[in-house]
Amino acid sequence: MTQPATAAQKETPTSAAKSARGQEISRRLGLRWDVRSLSLLGVLVVLVAVGGITAPDEFLATSNLQLVLTQASVIGVVTVGMTFVITGGGIDLSVGAIVALASVWATTVATQEFGFAGILFTAVIVGVGCGLVNGLLIAYGRLVPFIATLAMLASARGLALQITDGSTQIVAVDSVLDLGARDAYVLGVPPLVLIFAAVTVIGWLLLNRTTFGRRTVAVGGNAEAARLAGIDVRRQRLYLYLLSGLCCGIAAFMLIVLAGSGQNTNGNLYELDAIAAAIIGGTLLSGGRGTILGSVLGVLVFTTITNIFALNNLETAVQQIAKGAIIVAAVLVQRRSMPGDA
Amino acid sequence: MAPQPPLLTMSGITKSFPGVRALDGVDLEVQAGEVHCLLGQNGAGKSTLIKVLAGAHQPDSGEITWRGEPVTLRSPIAAMRLGIATIYQELDLIEGLSVAENVFLGHEPTSAGFVVRGSVARAATAQLLRRLGHSEIDPARLVGDLSAAQQQIVSMARALSHDVRLIVMDEPSAALDPEEVDNLFRIVGDLTADGVAVIYISHRLEEIRRIGRRVTVLKEGRSVAGGLPAESTPTEEVVALMTGRNVEYVFPERPEAGFAAGSEPVLKVEGLTRRGEFAPVDLELRPGEIVGLAGLVGSGRSEILETIYGARKPDGGRVLVDGAPLRPGSVRAAVRAGIGLAPEERKAQGLLMLESVSSNVSVSTLSRFARAGWLDRRTERAAAHQAVRELSLRPDNPDAAIRTLSGGNQQKAVLARWLLRGCKVLLLDEPTRGVDIGARAELYAVIRRLADEGLAVLLVSSEVPEVLGLADRVLVLREGSVVHTADARELDEHRVLDLVMEGSPTP
Repeated sequence: MTQPATAAQKETPTSAAKSARGQEISRRLGLRWDVRSLSLLGVLVVLVAVGGITAPDEFLATSNLQLVLTQASVIGVVTVGMTFVITGGGIDLSVGAIVALASVWATTVATQEFGFAGILFTAVIVGVGCGLVNGLLIAYGRLVPFIATLAMLASARGLALQITDGSTQIVAVDSVLDLGARDAYVLGVPPLVLIFAAVTVIGWLLLNRTTFGRRTVAVGGNAEAARLAGIDVRRQRLYLYLLSGLCCGIAAFMLIVLAGSGQNTNGNLYELDAIAAAIIGGTLLSGGRGTILGSVLGVLVFTTITNIFALNNLETAVQQIAKGAIIVAAVLVQRRSMPGDA
Repeated sequence: MAPQPPLLTMSGITKSFPGVRALDGVDLEVQAGEVHCLLGQNGAGKSTLIKVLAGAHQPDSGEITWRGEPVTLRSPIAAMRLGIATIYQELDLIEGLSVAENVFLGHEPTSAGFVVRGSVARAATAQLLRRLGHSEIDPARLVGDLSAAQQQIVSMARALSHDVRLIVMDEPSAALDPEEVDNLFRIVGDLTADGVAVIYISHRLEEIRRIGRRVTVLKEGRSVAGGLPAESTPTEEVVALMTGRNVEYVFPERPEAGFAAGSEPVLKVEGLTRRGEFAPVDLELRPGEIVGLAGLVGSGRSEILETIYGARKPDGGRVLVDGAPLRPGSVRAAVRAGIGLAPEERKAQGLLMLESVSSNVSVSTLSRFARAGWLDRRTERAAAHQAVRELSLRPDNPDAAIRTLSGGNQQKAVLARWLLRGCKVLLLDEPTRGVDIGARAELYAVIRRLADEGLAVLLVSSEVPEVLGLADRVLVLREGSVVHTADARELDEHRVLDLVMEGSPTP
């Protein structure tokens, strides 16, 4: 115990200055992140205005807004799962294929015999099962996430095609169909939107308020540091893919409700939409930082664009180009707002 | 006839990185056709200097002249164009390309400006390899299939494929057998006979005596001696130059020698070994004791620490905490048993750079602040705050972003993590790396205080004075083996350097 006190005093002036600057920087950073979410919200407002002007009667109709929200709900649930995977330093390319597989498995004649519960249960279990395979391959088989989930993409789609033989499987369970009816409301909102809201809230709490969320951020931010800090990195990775699979299962059920059927072409390119929504929302593709609210805003922006383009009879091609431009712009903004991200 | 200007002069070179002044006024003069040796301890600035010379770093100030003309080395390509080639210690070859493709990477012989003429490159490569005495290496083979020694030859061929006048070799002999070293020296001899200058970096004094003509000694970013005759300067003088210090560190007081001898060891390491990294190591650590491992980079210091911690799987031996053996190769088992590690690469291995101080401190103790996975963030923050306050971390704010902190305070955050966890054994790997001189004394005091409170500390540092000043006992390592164990008070820096460089204790 020689002289920590004097040494401390000696260091104080400079580090106090440093700390003041540090707090200033972090405050500004925090502000910037808020500005980011706000700007996304601003984009959404502008889009709504554009929709209201270009197609005043159709766009602002309750039925259309309801449609937009419902469409956003399915991809939104997938995006919440994707946000966790990306925040944890991974990627899941198989989400669309898992949605397809879960939706057809849950609508086979054999499953439909068990009614509502049978369909819901099967969709969720198939989703979680695919997530388990992804997670085991990545966490314990040490496959690169890109490859493992690419393989899952191919095989899950293949299996979905095999189950249906290419045909659409019509749902004959009334309780399921009722959920998707135009006039179905729970607590005043369409049931699917309610599911999306619930998944969003739970996802936000899980990421921001639990040890699970903290460990996800640690593993994604610096896996080596997390490992040396005593975190079970592999188990955490497994959980992340399980969670993504679970979200896919839920989304598959929502699609079944929405379409009244199961098809092997369901969830086509969901992986791209979900990744894009998460990234423009502010989740770092390299991991270590994720935002559920940003992802949800990202999904809403994309869905609204699609809707406006459709209402104005614009080609899908133009739509895709606009989406691409938005992704690039968002990532450029992200770069700007990350100083010291060497 | 006017005297030839030197091939290269560097004068007053300075270079700072955040928190560190890596070069603080270096002068170097190299004549054509000489082997000029660069000596200095780890961290003396050798690597930074050669990176400046290779155009990889830009100096903050200072002048470089090349054959009498002032030059700026803006990029590695600019340095290469002048005829400066660098062979780094960590080979920078691309394993998936062939030998010839590597040699001519970036300056491929082409026709019409873009069609690579592979046969020409292969023929030229074969010729270079013959000149280097290694015609057995097939220019078409993949570099990834070659041995380390052969890869080094390829690096050298790459250097020679340019019109080279100066070759910088960073510890070229480290990965070589004695015969291969002989061959290396023959090549160096041929090169200098052709008028090419060589800057040779090595820790092995005997090598420097064999091939060097002159020696420049670096210490703490300054050149303390230039142009010493390599053959005749006595070892003593060289070591004195390397170690003489202007800055005296303030070390906390130690308890009396042998104070811990009576108590039961908290950590016992028995015959722990990893092939190719370190020979069986035995050591005991008692509560309140700081034991230091001294040795050069590559002597197995960090590897031993990481193996004790379970981050590397041992090939043999075991680690016991309070008499109970740990599951080998499991960090979680080590952490659960009460071991904590402050890793060598603080940013890459220790910290979550995007997170706050509080998150970084609590990361190993999260479940304590959670009920059913639900984090109680107020308790978490308060506990983290308490821990960083005990180590007088600045700023006194658990919400500060960790990346805005100085190196010393970042290190305190890592220590606070283990303090919060209540660990019994603390493994410190280069705890003061990147920490400026003023903050070091404070860190030393903190470490000693933790030991006084009953923690057992195992310390690794490439700075010999740090080990000697802070530790109670010292184990000296050389090439993976413990060559000497002694009370820290019985050793001096000179003696330890002799031990780590020559391997034989001098009286």
